[in-house]
Amino acid sequence: MAIEVRVPTILRSYTGGSKVVEGSGDTLTALLDDLDAKHNGLKGRLITPEGGLHRFVNIYVNDEDVRFLGALDAKLNDGDSITILPAVAGGALGFAAAAALLGR
Amino acid sequence: MARYESLLDACGGTPLVGLPRLSPAVDEGAPPVRLWAKLEDRNPTGSVKDRPALFMVREAEESGHLRPGDTILEPTSGNTGIALAMVAKLRGYRVVCVMPENVSAERIQLLRMYGAEIIFSPAAGGSNQAVATAKQIAAEHPDWKMLFQYGNPANARAHYETTGPELLHDLPTITHFVAGLGTTGTLMGTGRFLKEKVEGIQIVAAEPRYGELVYGLRNIDEGYVPELYDATVLDRRFSVGTRDAVLRTRQLVEVEGIFAGFSSGAILHAALAVAHEAVRDGRRADVAFVIADGGWKYLSTGAYGGTLNDAEEALEGQLWA
Repeated sequence: MAIEVRVPTILRSYTGGSKVVEGSGDTLTALLDDLDAKHNGLKGRLITPEGGLHRFVNIYVNDEDVRFLGALDAKLNDGDSITILPAVAGGALGFAAAAALLGR
Repeated sequence: MARYESLLDACGGTPLVGLPRLSPAVDEGAPPVRLWAKLEDRNPTGSVKDRPALFMVREAEESGHLRPGDTILEPTSGNTGIALAMVAKLRGYRVVCVMPENVSAERIQLLRMYGAEIIFSPAAGGSNQAVATAKQIAAEHPDWKMLFQYGNPANARAHYETTGPELLHDLPTITHFVAGLGTTGTLMGTGRFLKEKVEGIQIVAAEPRYGELVYGLRNIDEGYVPELYDATVLDRRFSVGTRDAVLRTRQLVEVEGIFAGFSSGAILHAALAVAHEAVRDGRRADVAFVIADGGWKYLSTGAYGGTLNDAEEALEGQLWA
């Protein structure tokens, strides 16, 4: 058994174009280390140099945001499903337009 | 109260209705677990957005940011624009909406009917194109006023002062509040109020997860988190995919007779998750969640009929919440 990880389009250059990859680990940190060993550079896009989860990246364990499950220390089990997504909630284009208008 | 001086005064005060058929069954003698729907589609323009639109306009009038005859510019994927257009019409302002072109035809018709003008940002052009469009508009019209719902404290305050107190009044035994996460205003305002008043209450976010077309090739370094968002107000945050949102939206109308938009289906999905956890743990739960709008504006998607696969396909690439 392994943990299934869904990779967003923008990060598939690290996975040879694969939409879904498999990894293992009993915490999110362990899983990301395992993934990085197979897909070099992936972890660096998700974690900041300070070691926290990147502000504009959301990672979900079985559809729940890991930031509310212990973040990088979140416990994982075989068979869990992980989804990585850029932080662009509904109206993503509207956000971008709004921010631009206000010069942010 | 059933008589109001004007439509604006009829905003809020929406019904909270129980869902006896969708609430999970519990064993005899076990604590009850009940779902309650706050029918925000009963607001003047048919969505929860009437509350923030009214509060943002009033606040801008009081602070002098808005003056009679001004033009309001708002990037919106629909409901806020419709609400603002109605408020602006009654208060004497012009509204221009910037919106992505991949929203439903009904939203566009409604906006125009209420008197809003629309500038489309190309869906295919991605965020860079939207930014370019917005910058161009701002440069051409420096006098247009932005209310900026993603960062306007009056958005969250509308819910702190109205939605939260209404829920507490109607359901003093509330244990969970579940709402959609977009501008984050509903969750921040209602959540803050309820956390101050109800010990141990759980504030739960349901975030729409769209098809891949919507995320596209968006650079991770160019993400956007609304200024209003404060993660400490939330206890849980669920990502709900199109298929689950459609399934729950259909259940709402088939089982409980509530005809809602797809974002409400996503919210119900998260509400059911926490309700079933309570049943499993043998805890009492009164889970209140938001029906953000009715289903009328989404009929043209065709996603209310046919198979779930068809519906998922029909909504691919659309901003359904």
